[in-house]
Amino acid sequence: MLELVIFSALNGVLYGLLLFMLSSGLTLIFSMMGVLNFAHASFYMLGAYFAYTLGMYTGFWPALILAPLLVGALGALVERFGLRRVHANGHVAELLFTFGLAYVIDELVQMIWGTVAVAYREPSYMREPLFTLFGTDYSIFRGVVILISILMFIALWYLLKKTRVGMMIRAALTHGEMVGHLGHNVPRLFMGVFGFGCALAALAGVIGGPLLATEPGMAATLGPIVFVVVVVGGMGSLQGAFYASLLIGLLQTFFVAINASLADVFNALGANLDPYGEVGRISLATLAPMTPFILLVLILIFRPRGLMGELEP
Amino acid sequence: MLKALVSIFTTTVLLAGTASADTVRIALIDPLTGPMAAAGQSAIDHLNFHAKTINANGGINGDKIEIVGMDNKVNPQETLVQFQKAVDNGIRYVTQGMGSSVGSALLTAVNKHNARNPGKEVLYLNMAAVDPAFTNERCSFWHFRFDAHVDMKMNAMTSWIQGRDDIKKVYLINQDYSFGRAVAEAATKMLKEKRPDIEIVGQDFHPLAKVKDFTPYVSKIQSSGADAVITGNWGQDITLLVKAAADYGVDLPFLTYYGAMAGVVTQVGEAGVDRIYQVNEYYGDFDDPDMADQQVAMYEQTGWDYYWLRLSTMLDMLQKAADKAGSTDPVKVAFAMEGLEVDTPTGKVMMRKQDHQMQMPLFISVLKDDMKYGAEGTDFNFHKIAEISRDEVSLPSTCKMRRPDNA
Repeated sequence: MLELVIFSALNGVLYGLLLFMLSSGLTLIFSMMGVLNFAHASFYMLGAYFAYTLGMYTGFWPALILAPLLVGALGALVERFGLRRVHANGHVAELLFTFGLAYVIDELVQMIWGTVAVAYREPSYMREPLFTLFGTDYSIFRGVVILISILMFIALWYLLKKTRVGMMIRAALTHGEMVGHLGHNVPRLFMGVFGFGCALAALAGVIGGPLLATEPGMAATLGPIVFVVVVVGGMGSLQGAFYASLLIGLLQTFFVAINASLADVFNALGANLDPYGEVGRISLATLAPMTPFILLVLILIFRPRGLMGELEP
Repeated sequence: MLKALVSIFTTTVLLAGTASADTVRIALIDPLTGPMAAAGQSAIDHLNFHAKTINANGGINGDKIEIVGMDNKVNPQETLVQFQKAVDNGIRYVTQGMGSSVGSALLTAVNKHNARNPGKEVLYLNMAAVDPAFTNERCSFWHFRFDAHVDMKMNAMTSWIQGRDDIKKVYLINQDYSFGRAVAEAATKMLKEKRPDIEIVGQDFHPLAKVKDFTPYVSKIQSSGADAVITGNWGQDITLLVKAAADYGVDLPFLTYYGAMAGVVTQVGEAGVDRIYQVNEYYGDFDDPDMADQQVAMYEQTGWDYYWLRLSTMLDMLQKAADKAGSTDPVKVAFAMEGLEVDTPTGKVMMRKQDHQMQMPLFISVLKDDMKYGAEGTDFNFHKIAEISRDEVSLPSTCKMRRPDNA
């Protein structure tokens, strides 16, 4: 039992941190530009594929730096020559633009890298166990992923709270026009934030690719969950996104781990559900992949502004 | 000038006329994009590869085979759309395999179409949708299955487990739809009959092609104290499951239906040796020299292994049946196919008349290193460790088939 709890916690935290890396960029872009970037998960996918292709020439570590930089630059270009022009036509046009962009990227990826998963794997020495607990190995790579995620979180926090650029970004979040009047180049700031957000997504792709398979469907599977994170955390709140990511990661893994049915849970709460009925016998493990969406519905009903959000969605 | 134009015109018309009369088109309706694409893509390449051989040797009853790929994204609704498209294009043979949920929709659609359009019947050549119902209570004259169904495979697997006294606790993990449920049910029932001492220490169903991270399931398996895992997972679900187990250094035998499917060996490699077992008509020793040549040629041309042996068998049977019937008309071919027996590199197979379920020997194989013919460009492949004969695999059917009476 103890081993199950420990490993589920480790898995949940790992998954949660990956989600956070992905959603932090999205929530940053949203709070600053008011744009819900539907193509965000596509940039995550591009990160994985870029790292796979670059990695064949440079090895894993240089690709870890280069792929996010490339995707970041691509994101900046998209903002400069796409979003900025569409911006004049309002939010709906922006939404439609990113929506279309997601499709374009998906198709391009299939044309370039094929419809089948590519063999993108972590270097072999990182497959060795970092530690072995109760006969289960925990690979070095998983440790590295956790480390990178935490470093990224600290770096992001430092950037936003302690640097001049961070101050400008925070100011532009709420008082964009004022920042502009003070002589700062707000459109360039937007471009930078959009590119930076895409680079974060790509970084998640570089380390998520070997963990969860690099294939053209990877954007479509994680995309909806990232939006759940942003809504549950509260639109535009980085801290909220952090808690929501961990919550979803842990919820999903522990639901798989627990051997109980719906009837067990509800009856423990005092309800009277037939343990052999159609609904009662559904096991929690079967529900696990649904948990983010159940959470989304509950949050929207009972706390529409999310865990830490200040804005009404 | 005018003369030349006229002659060009008439020759093109004539050529077009002969080309269409000489081609038998088979629509493959399976996932060609998305998470399960590896399964569909490898299947269509295998079909094309073998069709080329058949066409070079005179085709089927003199006609050439052409394979038409149609992407259904493992979705039943999408399948019906694609089926209609195939029918509208005049295609009379459809083949499908990925997902019994999809197969079920297709079976209903084919039955309905054939009842309403006499003279334009379509045959459903089922290569891998293995829900036992299709050749039992739901059996149909228009459906032929070229793969052993869930119960037959479980019958073979449990016969082998009977001799393995070291297996005492079994964990079942399967996809949450008709096929996965059928695997779990068959395992529970047959283990109880053949090895009542075996305890099933855990059972999980996860959604089809949705899970990216199998580590929570693997931790659960690990802590359950199981000493073997049985799974019917296929496509991405088997690849990611065994990959997660390998990452965690889980030292248990995985008894699988589809362990040799494209992608598994690349993802698992060394960590799967002596751990991944499969029950199938195919294994990776290539002790038949002809099959070995095919493997080498196919890997060179397509980049896939000769995994879909039964697809070759399927086209061979189609050819034999068409030659025997002296026609490529689906109804005549269907009658000729009943009871047909052919040789395959891994034994004689027969299409049983009663239920249109192919009767075939099955093999248990396990992943080994340093094989003569490696899978997916590695040195690993599945080595045969046991053969279950055709008679042993065979199961009775409850099918009472209604046949068209105009033949």
